[in-house]
Amino acid sequence: MNKQELVEAILKSKTSPYETKADAERAVKAVLESITAGIKKDGNVQLIGFGTFSLRKRSARKGRNPSTGEVIKIKASKTVGFRPGAALKEVASKSRAKIK
Amino acid sequence: MTKRDLVVRIAMQTGVNQRDVSDIVQLTLDSVVDELAAGRGVELRNFGVFSLKTRKKRVGRNPNEPENEVEIPERVVVKFKPGKTMRERVGCIDVD
Repeated sequence: MNKQELVEAILKSKTSPYETKADAERAVKAVLESITAGIKKDGNVQLIGFGTFSLRKRSARKGRNPSTGEVIKIKASKTVGFRPGAALKEVASKSRAKIK
Repeated sequence: MTKRDLVVRIAMQTGVNQRDVSDIVQLTLDSVVDELAAGRGVELRNFGVFSLKTRKKRVGRNPNEPENEVEIPERVVVKFKPGKTMRERVGCIDVD
């Protein structure tokens, strides 16, 4: 599912407050934008039932270029982690994953 | 930041009332959950990708009863990989 399909799924839902695709798309974008902003601002966004996004730090480490064997420095970096919430874990474990 | 804070933030930025914002936030999350429940991944460009991954069954051990081996059954878990814009915005990527 991509963003377009997500927007369509929302439009089809009985509880959708939106009539047009443009409105629904703007709403989805606002939600995603604000989650990103929340991660940046607070370091974590906790959405009960869905899951928690959190900013994780990775410390600097040494790596090795596999083809030359040369040791290189890898800088400390940050990444966004996600821990699924109880409800999402539950439905995921029941789904028969048709994964690539 | 909680769901409540998220709703307040969006309501302030868009001028839409909090009840409607709350509905759309919930609807968005529910739609993603439904898709994952159906066994399909969700790819939201620039935000990130939610995918499903199967964990193989394995033999575990209860630390309190080490003599009994417990079989942990195969299960499906949700994985998330942040997208490019998200990584840039939260400072994961050095923009040289």
